Amino acid sequence: MKFTEDHEWLRVDGDVVVVGITDHAAEQLGDVVFVELPETETKVTKGDDIVVIESVKAASDIVAPLDGEIVAVNDDLSDNPGMVNEDPTGTAWFFKMKVEDMAQLDGYMSEDEYQEMIA
Amino acid sequence: MPALNRTPLHDLHAALGAKMVPFAGYEMPVQYGPGVMKEHLWTRDHAGLFDVSHMGQVILRPVSGDIADAARAFETLVPVSLLSLKEGRQRYAMFTNDQGGILDDLMVAHRGDHLFAVVNAACKDSDIAHMTANLSDQMQVVPVTDRGLLALQGPDAERVLAALVPDVADMRFMDVGVFDWNNVELWVSRSGYTGEDGFEISVPAPQSVDLAQALLADDKVEPIGLGARDSLRLEAGLCLYGSDIDDTTTPIEAALNWAIQKARRSGGERAGGFPGADVILGQLETGVLRRRVGLRPEGRAPMRAGTKIFAGDTQVGTITSGAFGPSLGAPMSMGYVAVDHATTGTTLEGEVRGKRMPVTVADLPFRPSTYKR
Repeated sequence: MKFTEDHEWLRVDGDVVVVGITDHAAEQLGDVVFVELPETETKVTKGDDIVVIESVKAASDIVAPLDGEIVAVNDDLSDNPGMVNEDPTGTAWFFKMKVEDMAQLDGYMSEDEYQEMIA
Repeated sequence: MPALNRTPLHDLHAALGAKMVPFAGYEMPVQYGPGVMKEHLWTRDHAGLFDVSHMGQVILRPVSGDIADAARAFETLVPVSLLSLKEGRQRYAMFTNDQGGILDDLMVAHRGDHLFAVVNAACKDSDIAHMTANLSDQMQVVPVTDRGLLALQGPDAERVLAALVPDVADMRFMDVGVFDWNNVELWVSRSGYTGEDGFEISVPAPQSVDLAQALLADDKVEPIGLGARDSLRLEAGLCLYGSDIDDTTTPIEAALNWAIQKARRSGGERAGGFPGADVILGQLETGVLRRRVGLRPEGRAPMRAGTKIFAGDTQVGTITSGAFGPSLGAPMSMGYVAVDHATTGTTLEGEVRGKRMPVTVADLPFRPSTYKR
C-alpha cells in the first residue's frame, strides 16, 4: 500500500489501483454526509479534483493520484457515506483506476513514511 | 494573537476528551469523542450538556429602584416590549442600529428588581459599551464575569435537572428563576438554542464544574460541542448572529417580526422609539425586498454559507447557514431570498462547485420544536 500527502491510500490490485482515504483523514474530516464520485471511464490526470467529500464540518476534494482512467466507483458510498468513517481503508474505497504508468506509484510514501508525516 | 480566554469548565473539557477550537475569543469544545452527528442525535434523544460560559451575562439595575424605569430605558435600544414583560419571564430581543440592522440578538429576563440580559460572546464587549453609553443615567450596567453558563437540552433535561433542583419541573418555556442547589445560587431559565425543551443555568464559576459533573453523572447526559450546537439550532430554524443576522439585516428581513410586539409597532402604545424604527416599522407596513427562509437542497450535498441562489439566470439570494441535518437525514440551509421567490415550495437553484443544483424554499423550523409551553 502507498500513501499520498493528501491522505489517500493506493492499493495495487492486479492491473488496477484502488484508492481511498486514510483513517487519519477520515477522523479529521468528521462524520461524512455526502460523497460525489466520478463517472466510470473518465480519463484523469494526476492532481485533478475527482471526488467531493462533504462532512459535517466542510467540503473536501480527493484528487486523482495518478494518470489513468476510472474503471470502477464505490456506489455504496452514495447511499451510505458514513462508511467512510467506519471503514475507510476497507469497504469504503472510493474508486479504482487503470494506470498508464505504474512507476508513478514509486513517488508515494510507504506506510511508515506516512505515519511519520502525520505523527 | 491575544491569548484565548478559558471558561470555568476548561479543564473538564480536556478530561472529557474535547477537541478545542478558538471561538469568539475563547477556547471552546467543538466536539467530544462521539463526533458531531452522534452528539446531535444524543441531544434529540436524551440530554446534552453545553458549556456556553463564553456568552455575556449582564445585570441591569434601575437607579430609581423601579424596574419599570429599567424596562422603559431598555426599550430605547430594542424594538421589543419590555414594560409588559412579567417578573420571572424572559423575552427574545435584538439591539438595532439607525439603519434598522441588528447589532446583536439577546435574551432579556425580568428578575424582580432588575433585568438580566444574556448576549452573544462575540458581541458582548460592544453590547456592554452600547448599554453603558445609552442607559447609564437610568441604570447600572453590571457585567457578570464570575459565573459560568451551562445549557442542558433534550427530552431528559427536566428529569435530570429536577433531580438536583426539584422546583424547575414547574417552569415553562421562557420562565426564569433563582434556585438553591447545595447552597449554590443558580439562575435558571427554561430555554435554549436547540429546539428542545431544556434549561440554561448560570452558576458561580467556582461551582461550575461541580454542577456539570452532577448533571453528567446521569447516564442520559453527554457533553455536546459547538459543532452539534450549530446543527441543532439550524434544524430548529434559529439564527446565528454574524451569519444569518447582522448589522446589514433588519429584523423584518430576518423574519423576526414575531419578536416585535404590538406595543412597539405603528399605532401601538409605545410605537417606535428605538434605533432604526423608521426603517423597521416602514418595512412592517410596506414589506421587504428579501426575506430569510429555510432552503432544502435536493439530494445529500449540503449547500453552505455563501452559496448563491438563482432563479433562471438571475441571482435571487444567498445562503447564510448550511449543513447536514442529522435528525432530518438531509441537508438544510437558511438564507435570504428575494420575496418574489421566497414562497414555501418554490424551487430554485444553488450553485455548488460551479454546478446548479435544485433547492426548495421550506418553512422554518425544519424540525418542530418541543418547548414545554
